[in-house]
Amino acid sequence: MNDQQPLLAVENLQVTFDIMPRNAWPWTRPQKLRAVNSVSFTLSEGQTLGIVGESGCGKSTLARAIMGMVPSQAGKVVWLGEDLRGLNLKQLRKRRRRLQMVFQDPLASLSPRMTVGDIIAEPLRTHYPDIKGTELREKVDAIMERVGLHPHQKNRYPHEFSGGQCQRVGIARALILEPKLIICDEPVSALDVSVQAQVINLLKNLQRDMGLSLIFIAHDLSVVKHISDRVMVLYLGNVAENATRAELFASPQHPYTQALMAAVPIPDPERERAKLPAEVEGDLPSPMDPPSGCVFRTRCPLATEYCSREVPVLEDKTGAGHWVACHYAERAPE
Amino acid sequence: MAMLEVNNLNVDFDTPDGTLQAVRGLSYHLESGQTLGIVGESGAGKSQGVFALMGLLPDNARVSGEVVFEGEQLLNLPEKRLNRIRAARIGMIFQDPMTSLNPFMKVSDQLTEVLVQHKGISRKQALQESLQMLDAVRIPEARDRIHRYPHEFSGGMRQRVMIAMSLLCRPQLLIADEPTTALDVTVQAQVMGLLKELQQEFNTAIILITHDLGVVAGSCDQTLVMYGGQMMEYAATRDLFRDPAHPYTKGLMGAIPRIDEQIHELVTIPGNPPNLMNLPPGCPFFSRCPVAEPRCYHELDPPQHFEPDRIRVCNLPREAIR
Repeated sequence: MNDQQPLLAVENLQVTFDIMPRNAWPWTRPQKLRAVNSVSFTLSEGQTLGIVGESGCGKSTLARAIMGMVPSQAGKVVWLGEDLRGLNLKQLRKRRRRLQMVFQDPLASLSPRMTVGDIIAEPLRTHYPDIKGTELREKVDAIMERVGLHPHQKNRYPHEFSGGQCQRVGIARALILEPKLIICDEPVSALDVSVQAQVINLLKNLQRDMGLSLIFIAHDLSVVKHISDRVMVLYLGNVAENATRAELFASPQHPYTQALMAAVPIPDPERERAKLPAEVEGDLPSPMDPPSGCVFRTRCPLATEYCSREVPVLEDKTGAGHWVACHYAERAPE
Repeated sequence: MAMLEVNNLNVDFDTPDGTLQAVRGLSYHLESGQTLGIVGESGAGKSQGVFALMGLLPDNARVSGEVVFEGEQLLNLPEKRLNRIRAARIGMIFQDPMTSLNPFMKVSDQLTEVLVQHKGISRKQALQESLQMLDAVRIPEARDRIHRYPHEFSGGMRQRVMIAMSLLCRPQLLIADEPTTALDVTVQAQVMGLLKELQQEFNTAIILITHDLGVVAGSCDQTLVMYGGQMMEYAATRDLFRDPAHPYTKGLMGAIPRIDEQIHELVTIPGNPPNLMNLPPGCPFFSRCPVAEPRCYHELDPPQHFEPDRIRVCNLPREAIR
């Protein structure tokens, strides 16, 4: 895996937002909210990386920072050997032909005043103005069929489609530039179960047939398990664990990953009722004021005084690419 | 006689585009201390079906049928009488805890209001009882937090305040409409655990509306599967998961990715959730059903009680589904 150049390598990426405290004076210094805190990972061609975590863990911000949609303060986003963070907007636009995104809310991410055909054609018109007329139309028709829409629907508006169909439009719009990587930010969480399965299968098939890489962001561990090759677990802007799908689900090492897995309800009455209750208590701490040391310690069943002093480093615990950030990972119970 | 009996409930909405049949011929019953799960996708009529019991539907709704709660007919009851039952004997939890709590009122005022209204006790006593209830739903430092506004609580905590509020008068029946959909999984697990504990303590019956089959598997004694406003299947939860008797139930089970198993490819239900304005005269699931026959478009057989306490609504024999 490491002998070839990865498609995308993110190194110590950091995103900080300035937040004005309430009732502040105009000259008060804004507080810093660290949304993404030195996150690193690599993604090879044709792979799917799942990113999971609860609300506020920084998964969407991370995706936007990779795309350059929010400014990042430190680190590197190495895309095909070149750091995207050093580029200006014009250069970045060129790279984005190969780097596309699908958003969570299928209806809100499509312009209500454009027909579906225009929405899908827009990236081509922007990036390749030479493609016109019949050629453009053929490309749009082909991609619509590829994602399971009828080309004769292209003169309709987004509100005439259901949620699942809108998400297909969003996927078609991302695919038409023939990207190498698509970042999907919660692409199925707004959809009904039966439609969710359709979209997941579509993404999987597209990936297989077109050799795409995917970054699949979701809060639902079972969905991520179904689609990913590697899974990265985020908590409060920090990487808790990063391992292959098989490793992570067979032997989760970080207590947060374990708690997250225990909390996912299993659609089987016997198994669901036999399993032990999830250990994690309380709510997510405020990202404005994260706990000292390990960010998970306030909810961790294994936390000790040491955890409040020392920040755990992300280490490869097995030597085979199972990265965990926990002082007690080896001792963590199965 | 069961605590709650719903017979042939219909909910229609008059809209500018014609009549929309949100719920058609829904019947079920519930005993005290039991949990009934109502599952289905958006537009299945799950929420409208229970809003009808509570008299919470908008003015353009027409309700018919029979709802008997502890011997008393609930439908079309005068508002005054209904107000004595709501909150006092039937509690309700809504999906979004931010919009269902009043943002302008302190939590303490919202909680005590319920008790002062329904039990006629003094504010001081009411505050005491509210505090006990917040402790029961495990809100840390309740004594200090009770005087804050809803926005000062996290999502999970707000939902716990909602649960506390709905249980203040010890209702016999609690209706929970997607209580954990807006919450993170770890918080969902806490809230579901809490509901179960409180149910045992107060012997409350619960109607749990959800789209998550995992939540149903963990908490419900009986499960009712709805599609396009109609009941498709009703069974004890264990039977339903072990041996689904309706093509829609079977499709739903195949469509969920599972954390406990590795599935190669998800089975999908083709098509999209139904448009209630133009459902076929027969089975609402007709256009998406893998085993449908032409006659399913035109007619739907009455519910079959094929095992004790199991019902399916399908024209085809059970063997055709397996």
